[in-house]
Amino acid sequence: MKKNRKRVSVVILAGLALVCLGALLMSQKASAAAEGKITGTVKLNGAAPHMKGIDMSKDPYCVKQHENSPAHLENVVVSSGGGLENVVLYISQGLPPAVSNQVASGQPVFDQKGCMYTPHVLAMDVNQQYKVITSDQTTHNIHPLPNPLTGNIPWNESQPPGAPPLIKSWKAEEVAIPVKCNIHPWMHGYFVVVKGPYGTTDSDGSYTISGVPPGSYTVTAWQEEYGTQNQKVTVTAGAPAKADFTFKAK
Amino acid sequence: MAKIFAVTLILIAIGSAIPIVAHIWEPAPDISTHGAVIDEQLSETMVEAGLSFLAAQFVLAIFVWMFSNRPENAKIGHFPGGATAMVLAGFLLVGTEVLALGIFGTKAWASVYFTPPAADAMPIQVQAGQFAFYFRYPGPDGKFGPLHPNLINEANENFFGLDQTNDQDSKDDIVTAEMAVPVNREIHLLMHSKDLSHSFYVPELRIHQDFVPGLDLSLHFTATKIGKYEIVCTQLCGLGHYNMRAYLYVYSQQDFDDWLKKEAALQ
Amino acid sequence: MHDMSTHALHHHAPPTGFIRKYIFSLDHKVIGKQYYGLGLVAVFTGMALSWLMRLHLGWTNLAIPGLHLLSSTGAPGNVMTPEYYLQLMTMHATIMVFFVLTVAPFAAFGNFFLPIQVGAEDMPFPHINMMSFWVTFVAFCVLISSFFLGDGPALSGWTGYAPLSAVGSVAGPGQGLGQVLWAASLAIFCVGQLLGSLNFIPTTLDLRAKGMSLARLPLNVWGWFITSCMALTAFAVLMPACILLILDHVAGTSFFVPSNLVINDQLQPHSGGSTLLWQHLFWFFGHPEVYIAIVPGMGIVSHVLIANMRRPLLSYKVIIGCMFSIAFLSYMVYGHHMFVSGMNPFSALVFSFPTLIITIPATIIVLIWIGSLYGSRLRINSASLFALGFISMFVAGGVSGFFLAQPSIDIVLHATYFVVGHFHLVMAVAAIFGIFAGTYFWFPKMFGRMMNETLGKIHFWLTFVGAYCIFMPFHYLGLAGNIRRYQAFSGYMEPLIPVHRFITVAALITGAAQFIFLYNLVHSRFWGKVAPENPWECTSLEWTVPSPPPFDNFGGRHPVVYHDPYQYGVQTESGADFIMQDSPETAKPA
Repeated sequence: MKKNRKRVSVVILAGLALVCLGALLMSQKASAAAEGKITGTVKLNGAAPHMKGIDMSKDPYCVKQHENSPAHLENVVVSSGGGLENVVLYISQGLPPAVSNQVASGQPVFDQKGCMYTPHVLAMDVNQQYKVITSDQTTHNIHPLPNPLTGNIPWNESQPPGAPPLIKSWKAEEVAIPVKCNIHPWMHGYFVVVKGPYGTTDSDGSYTISGVPPGSYTVTAWQEEYGTQNQKVTVTAGAPAKADFTFKAK
Repeated sequence: MAKIFAVTLILIAIGSAIPIVAHIWEPAPDISTHGAVIDEQLSETMVEAGLSFLAAQFVLAIFVWMFSNRPENAKIGHFPGGATAMVLAGFLLVGTEVLALGIFGTKAWASVYFTPPAADAMPIQVQAGQFAFYFRYPGPDGKFGPLHPNLINEANENFFGLDQTNDQDSKDDIVTAEMAVPVNREIHLLMHSKDLSHSFYVPELRIHQDFVPGLDLSLHFTATKIGKYEIVCTQLCGLGHYNMRAYLYVYSQQDFDDWLKKEAALQ
Repeated sequence: MHDMSTHALHHHAPPTGFIRKYIFSLDHKVIGKQYYGLGLVAVFTGMALSWLMRLHLGWTNLAIPGLHLLSSTGAPGNVMTPEYYLQLMTMHATIMVFFVLTVAPFAAFGNFFLPIQVGAEDMPFPHINMMSFWVTFVAFCVLISSFFLGDGPALSGWTGYAPLSAVGSVAGPGQGLGQVLWAASLAIFCVGQLLGSLNFIPTTLDLRAKGMSLARLPLNVWGWFITSCMALTAFAVLMPACILLILDHVAGTSFFVPSNLVINDQLQPHSGGSTLLWQHLFWFFGHPEVYIAIVPGMGIVSHVLIANMRRPLLSYKVIIGCMFSIAFLSYMVYGHHMFVSGMNPFSALVFSFPTLIITIPATIIVLIWIGSLYGSRLRINSASLFALGFISMFVAGGVSGFFLAQPSIDIVLHATYFVVGHFHLVMAVAAIFGIFAGTYFWFPKMFGRMMNETLGKIHFWLTFVGAYCIFMPFHYLGLAGNIRRYQAFSGYMEPLIPVHRFITVAALITGAAQFIFLYNLVHSRFWGKVAPENPWECTSLEWTVPSPPPFDNFGGRHPVVYHDPYQYGVQTESGADFIMQDSPETAKPA
């Protein structure tokens, strides 16, 4: 009897030790993952293309929302300093599977405001839930058009004024899924579905990708008109890596 | 109960006629050159249909009143003339009435469909697609450039699929989301559909035509009154059908020229 | 004409067992009741859908409690989306036109009473007859199943115009599998009705009792006979059209889709098809279909009126001639649905003339009905009230046809609420009144009990006044340019919304009144006053058999017919003012 009790205690202690070791290893990984960053700016080299105005006259409500600030296409949005907005940056190569399969926290929000999509481009992870809301008093219809070969399933749902948010997610990578409103044909945006950490440039063209563990990676920048560009980057603990991109105007 | 039926029926018949006679709801005033004949046809039909409706309901009501609650052994009467009278009434009264309407109606139809547009009619192209109308003006060269459906890209507002880089005729084409025409100028409207069946209807202009995918159709009309009118889609085309409209502006020649210049600058 | 009453026709033994008696029954009477039950379920479903539609049209962003349970994508936060409105509309119309208006006056009453009225013990092909019901039932289930799809049922209307109905879900929610199920349901329905016609026609031609010449058939039998002939040819065109539509969806064909179509910025993989082909095929069926919906009602109303006027109509032969003319002309008018469709404008004139001419036989029938009232001894009861209401409604709906028959006026009224008012008055009201008249008249024979007369009259008044309140304003809306199949109204149509709200209130009240009818049906079925064999003192053969009739109708005897069905207002030995068709008694000279 005494011998058995001794054996059981050893097993329990060993188990506990293993659990603690595992936790230590995992927390080391987590804290390591929280460390690295990639930052930079994306610029446009050359004259920014003229973004045509949008005639929303078929829906007087939309016209009213833009009485004082006329709407323009947002395919290429360039700041005075040449910074490109709405560029999505993600890590296309080099991430260990554990990190690339991790779903970022939070629910990115896609709003319909003044009969335009805000933001124009929404980045998210595979399986990350995102929220589509409407701030308009006219009915919109959200119709993402993924490539059928990826396995992403298209959907098409309307949101009358005051409708509750639509919570959705995508199950496969796709750069990028065009989104349109069938009722207002000028409304156009993108869902960019990637794996691993990502970032989107702001109005100055600056971006930050957080949560990148130390290592060597390929960062890809995607812009809807200019396509993609890659850069190799190395992230070390404590020092954000820098990756600037320049797209050439057509 | 029979008397209540008779009275109710007469009240309903009169009640139904009141909004018509009082012109409470009617088609918007005609602003076209061919619409007067259509409106005349409509009025005549309203009078004939209205009188037939009232006569039938009244006689039905009166006969129900007169011939119900009769004693069990009351003699069965026969309508003077019997079935022969009814057949004759059907053929002569109704027959001539409907044939007259039909024959005179061909004039109105012919003025829209069997007369070609004038040689100097101004061409405007309209494309219908889920869920908006877009218009194209040929620009100073007077020519429409070719359409390339594979180039259609709504994200870039290339609604017609124009290749303005390579097609010479497309370079000065003016694409708009609203339609404007000069008053008293004949317009040759060239219609095609981008995707499905739609329809073009402007109540005031008295023109109504479906867009048929795969077919290039055309209409011609002349607007005679300056104003803002609605073009509505009347062929069910999907969930946005209810909101598929564009505005038609009938301008003075000067205002039209200014409008066209403004649109050209936005291309 | 020969009659085959002496042939040893298929004398089947009485059915035994619950399944054979009530489920897979070969008895035309049970099949008739099954069709009636299907029609009842369908009409209340269709009516509920119309309530949802009307609420939304009156108050567009109304949150209808519980709607999200019906469809979470179609009614987020209980507010109906534009696509869900169209889906409800499509289902409302499809259910009503097919599963109510074709089933009830034709398949339900026809199955129950046709053999009895000609003096036969059943239809010639009872197994095919049984199949016709169950195939129709399957068609109904297939249609309803589309409600439960992820993106819902089809939204392209009961007319399902291509390419919207042919290109798949890229054109909108419900346009994928929902549209395929819609087309499949209709194709299956066509099979069911074709099987039914295969029984109706030989019953009328070959199974008449001795002495029942064609000239002695009750008018409603002629109505069913003419309708069966139309059904045979019309459904035979709809079925392949639906199959071709399904092939465009699943087999990559392009019967109805031309090339170079761009939807959602994507070039569609179709070429060579014709959009107008669908319209030609559909309306070639569609126009006879609306006469299939009304002709049985004309026959039933004639029969009910005659018994309640105590005199025959001014002319039996003229009525039959008019019904035949209407059926014949119905094949030549279908293009009036396509005046502005883009087909050759000259064809518009070609279709317009027969459309105008069809007014003539329709008018003559109405004139004969009204003229027959003159000098009659009209009895007022629920059945006769609905028959009279039918006449009123048929006239009201028919005169708006004058307008729509003319292409130049169609320019103004096409696709407006004027059209919706026209067809609702003739179909949704007149044809339904025919069903009600038939129900109140024949219920005693079908179930052996009388329906409650007081409830019947309340039902009539609420429905008659209510229906006018609902559908007469549709014409005004149409004249003012209110476009149909819109889920919300804006721009120049916005001032018309108060009219829509009035209509919605009328529709809710009138709809509620139908529950009085339903209660009356159910309550009378079990607890109604026991019915005499011939409560209406009607002369036709169905009133010579017990209420309800035994499984073989005549209890083994072979009736012999001596008279036409309209020996009313005559002097007899017994003092009665009528002589039954199978009575050898002749009228005393006046």
